Amino acid sequence: MIITKPREWDRILANLAEVDARRVFVMGCGQCATVARTGGEDEIAEATERLSAAGIEVTGWAVGEVACHSGGTRLETRRHSGSIDEADAVLVLSCGAGVQTVADATSKPVFPGLESVFLGNVVRHGVFEERCQMCGECVLDMTAGICPVTTCPKGLLNGPCGGMWDGTCEVVTDRECTHVLISRRLAEQSRGGASDRVLAPKDHSKQLKPGSVNLRGERGERGTRRGTAR
Amino acid sequence: MSRLRDALERGEFVVTGEVAPPLGTDMTAMRESVATLGPLCHALNVTDNQGATLHLSSLAASRVVLDMGFEPIFQQTCRDRNRLALQSDLLAAWTLGLENLLVVTGDDPRGGDHPEAKGVFDIDSTQLLAIARGMNEGRDMLGREMAGGTGFCLGAAAFPEAEPWDVQRERALRKVEAGAEFFQTQAVFDIEKFARAAEELRPSGVKLIAGILLLKSPRVVKFINERLAGLMVPEHLGARIEEAVDPLAESIELATEQVRALREIADGVHIMPLGVDAAVGEVLAGAGLT
Ligand code: SF4
Ligand code: SF4
Repeated sequence: MIITKPREWDRILANLAEVDARRVFVMGCGQCATVARTGGEDEIAEATERLSAAGIEVTGWAVGEVACHSGGTRLETRRHSGSIDEADAVLVLSCGAGVQTVADATSKPVFPGLESVFLGNVVRHGVFEERCQMCGECVLDMTAGICPVTTCPKGLLNGPCGGMWDGTCEVVTDRECTHVLISRRLAEQSRGGASDRVLAPKDHSKQLKPGSVNLRGERGERGTRRGTAR
Repeated sequence: MSRLRDALERGEFVVTGEVAPPLGTDMTAMRESVATLGPLCHALNVTDNQGATLHLSSLAASRVVLDMGFEPIFQQTCRDRNRLALQSDLLAAWTLGLENLLVVTGDDPRGGDHPEAKGVFDIDSTQLLAIARGMNEGRDMLGREMAGGTGFCLGAAAFPEAEPWDVQRERALRKVEAGAEFFQTQAVFDIEKFARAAEELRPSGVKLIAGILLLKSPRVVKFINERLAGLMVPEHLGARIEEAVDPLAESIELATEQVRALREIADGVHIMPLGVDAAVGEVLAGAGLT
């Protein structure tokens, strides 16, 4: 899931002041931002209180099913068109993808209410960890299922670096060095991979922005799998 | 031809030193270091934004060492440049007459003076060694023939004391396969661990230059233990410096003992004087090297 963090509140107020917004509609997201406890109903209630305290009226709010889903978000904005029309701006408590989806669905100025930080594993309720940066060229086959691109703070494919000491990482000193973990697991499974060869430099063209995948055919039918991914 | 490579190949016990380029353009202090250390060493490392802190580039500073009549070891970290910049700097270095190259990963920017910087790490040090070896054979990293190649004596870093050793050993052997002709090691405090590394790495043909750090004061010991990644001063040595009446003299004595012990098992020593350049001559003389 996408992990989000609260955005600096002063910055949000400054954004709203820029467009002289006295009345604001607030939108959350029923998926990631709800699980991350940054853009669910509770956080919207909290934001509403803070906005009121700052003298800004909240004309309404909604938590759509998935903010980054274009169709769903369009439907949600239509459903609340009355209170959105009354508002001077929309504040979105979701990841940046959701903010943009909302911005496409309304003609009102739309502002981000959160900071999007990473694609996270849910370690347990309320504890998230970044394990994959979606590099487009997975090396987990050679690294015993431990991602060096993401979990080594330097993203080195071949390690450890010179800062490792007693199996501990130089940068995040309460973590074990990714490359020690990889070597250990490969050895436990009697496998080669990153332990017995030099992994080649990454092909960064595999993650050129913006990414796009189209599983529909040229005429727009579903599931023809002729689309391209970049 | 690189005098360093020549000496290593002849089996001579080599001595390398280290100078740091300035933050700014005034080279006076670095020139003084070069003038002191140059005559004592086969070659001098010129650091590259060491500790992820801003300094004048190793490329320009290495050329200054060369112009002063000494042999530089051009250092290049993977932290600050992508593969295009790394390759073009290697080509530039060769045309500037720099014949020795030490590639290192580089400390993370979060520990340096520009913590907001993006660490590049497009290429890691093992990959960069392979690229440099390709350039020595006249090819860029895509395998294309270039109009003129390089002929670097290729070095890398090794870490004989950072456990787990089995992981370090494999990593060092990969670096040798990728092209490392010599290693300059992290500071050596435990001669037995260095001996273990020498025994297991030298059969690959790589030369091992042992790092010697002048622990000139209790403050330096504290700094290493608290702030420097990948290194710890063992308690008994730290205590020796802390309890000494004259810590500098004690550190010179300690370094001399270390060099003497390493003469039997290493291919050379790399002395990091931490500002007390004047002591290096004393250490080498004490160890019978001058
Ligand atoms: S290598 Fe790492 S970042 Fe790349 S796809 Fe695999 S897990 Fe994700
Ligand atoms: S210690 Fe290991 S995990 Fe940490 S930055 Fe170095 S190689 Fe990466």
